[in-house]
Amino acid sequence: MSQPAEHGVIHDIGFRHYTGPRLGRGYLLRSLYAESLRGAYGLGRSGKSKVMPFLLLTTITFPALIIAVVAIVTKADELPVAYTSYPMFAGLAISIFVAAQAPALVSRDLRFKVMPLYLSRPLTRNDYVLAKVGALISALFILIAVPQTVLYVGALLAKLPFWAQTRGYLSSLVTAALLAAVLGGIGLLIASITPKRGFGVAAVITVLLLLSAIAGALQAITLDKGKPELAGYLGGIDPGNLVDGVQVWLFNAEPASQIGPPGTLGGVVFLVLTFVVIFGCYGLLLLRYRKVSAS
Amino acid sequence: MMITIEDLTKRYSSVTALHELSFELQPGIVGLVGANGAGKSTLIKILLGLLPATSGRASVLGLDVATEGPRIRQQVGYMPEHDCLPPDVSATEFVLHLARMSGLPMSAARERTADTLRHVGLYEERYRAIGGYSTGMKQRVKLAQALVHDPGMLLLDEPTNGLDPAGRDQMLALLRRIGTDFGIPMLVTSHLLGELEQICDHVVVVDAGRLLRSSSTADVTSASRILSIEVNERTDELVALLRSAGLTVHPAGRQLEVELIDDSTYDVVRDGVVQLGLGLFRLERRRHRMSEIFRADPTLDTGERSSDVPAR
Repeated sequence: MSQPAEHGVIHDIGFRHYTGPRLGRGYLLRSLYAESLRGAYGLGRSGKSKVMPFLLLTTITFPALIIAVVAIVTKADELPVAYTSYPMFAGLAISIFVAAQAPALVSRDLRFKVMPLYLSRPLTRNDYVLAKVGALISALFILIAVPQTVLYVGALLAKLPFWAQTRGYLSSLVTAALLAAVLGGIGLLIASITPKRGFGVAAVITVLLLLSAIAGALQAITLDKGKPELAGYLGGIDPGNLVDGVQVWLFNAEPASQIGPPGTLGGVVFLVLTFVVIFGCYGLLLLRYRKVSAS
Repeated sequence: MMITIEDLTKRYSSVTALHELSFELQPGIVGLVGANGAGKSTLIKILLGLLPATSGRASVLGLDVATEGPRIRQQVGYMPEHDCLPPDVSATEFVLHLARMSGLPMSAARERTADTLRHVGLYEERYRAIGGYSTGMKQRVKLAQALVHDPGMLLLDEPTNGLDPAGRDQMLALLRRIGTDFGIPMLVTSHLLGELEQICDHVVVVDAGRLLRSSSTADVTSASRILSIEVNERTDELVALLRSAGLTVHPAGRQLEVELIDDSTYDVVRDGVVQLGLGLFRLERRRHRMSEIFRADPTLDTGERSSDVPAR
C-alpha cells in the first residue's frame, strides 16, 4: 500500500451492543404513521409507486392554479369556483386516489405478511389501525387542501376581500377534513379485506362510483315524483354528498348534488351520519384486525 | 434462564398443538427440532406472548408470557418462517423502519441498520428493492430485522428454509457467529434434524406437541463411524465402485453414508472420486444425527421421522 495507514483502512469493529433508549408505543405509533403517510405518496418506495399519487395531486391542483391565475389577471371580484365546491368538483380524482392508495397502505402488509413483524414488536393491533387510518386521512387531507390553498393564495394576491376569503377557506378546510375522514375510513375498510392489491383498487373504486350513481339516480327519481325532502336525504348515500350536505347546512355552500339535505334537521342528520360513518369504519377496522394472524 | 416452560398445553378446537411441555433452557444456541406440524411455530407464538396457552406457564428472559408480552416483544427479535418482506422497498429502508418500530430513535436506527446489514452480509445490494433478491438474501434481511435492535434473545423460525446447501451452511455459520461472537442467545427451529447439531449447544426435540428430548448436543452427537460423502453427479456409479472395493454404502438423499473401517477408507473414497472424475462436495466424518435420537428410543415409532432429507 502506498497510502499511509490512516487513509482508507476499514477496521472490523465487530458487533456493538445497543445501550441507548428504547422508546415506547407512542413513538412506534408516530413512526408507523409517518412511514405510512410517506408511503401513501410513494415516498421511500419505488419510483413507480410515486407516479399515481403525484399525478393525481397535480391533476387536482392544476385547475385551481388556472383559476387563481385567471382571478389575478382579470382582477375578478370573486373566485369563479367556491372553496367548498372544489373538492366535489374534483371528486373523481379523490376517489381514484383513495382506491389506489388505501390498498398500498394495508393490503400490502397483508399480502406480503409483514403483519407478524409488527405484531412481534410492542406495537398493538389497535395502534397499527390508528396509524394507518391517520396516515390515509392525512394524505387525503393534503390532496384536498392543497388546491384549496392554491385558490386562497390566488384570491389574496387578487386582493379579494380578506375576511370573506379567509372564512370561505377555513370552512373548506373543515370540509376537507371530514371528507378525508369519511373516504379514508371507507377505503381502508374495503382494502383491508383483501390482500390482493388489484382487488382492493377495483373494490374501492367500484363501491365509491356505485354509491355515487345510486344516489344520483334515486335523487332524480324522487325529485321527478315531487318529493324534494326525500331526494335531499337520499343524496347522502354518496359519501361525497354526505359531507357536502354538512357544508351546505353549516356554511351555506351550494349543494353539489341535485338537492341538498332539507333544513336544519337534514343538516344535523347528515352531520351525525358523517360521524357514524367515520367511527363505524374505524370500529370495523379494529374488529377486522383482531382476526389478522400474528404469524 | 433463557426460557422456562412448565406443563404448557395449547389446544385448538380439535387439535392439541402442545401437550404438557416442560423444559428449561440456559442461554446459548438452542435448537428446537420437530417435523412440520410438531408445534414449533405455536410454541414461538406463545413465547412472544401473541397466543394464550390453554394451560401451563412459560417465561422468556424471566418475563411471564401471559402478563408481560409487550416487554418480551421489546426484548426479543423474531424471524418468521414464511416470507415477510414487501418487494417495493430496499433492505435499508425496510430494516430502518423496523428498527424504529422496535423503539430505536432515528439516528441510532440508521447506524444500527447499516451495521446489521453488514453483519449479515448484505453490501451494495442493500439499496436495491427487495423484490429482486435471491432467497438467501431475503433470509438475511429477515434475520437483520430481528437483530437490528440488539435483542436479548432471538427466536428464529426455520432460518434455513428454502436455502441450497451452500446457503444453508452460510446461514448456520452466521447464526453461530451471532450466538458466540455477538453473545446473543437464540432459539432456532428446524425440521432438518441434521443441521442443528452443527451449531447448537442444546437441542429440544418435539413431536406432535410432546417433548421427546431436551439435552445438550455434546451428549448425543459424538463422532460416529460414518463418513458422509456428496458428489456433483453420477452418484450411482460411485456407490457401485465403493461397494466393489468392499465398503458398506447407504445412499441418503444427495449424500452417501459410508461405514468407516480405518483411515484407508478415506483413500478408497478419494481414489474412487478421482477415477470417475467427479466433483467432491463433501467428505466428513459425521457426528451422530439427531434422527438417531429417535432410533435410540425404543418406545418410539420411528417409521415416519427417521429421515432428515428436506421435504421438497
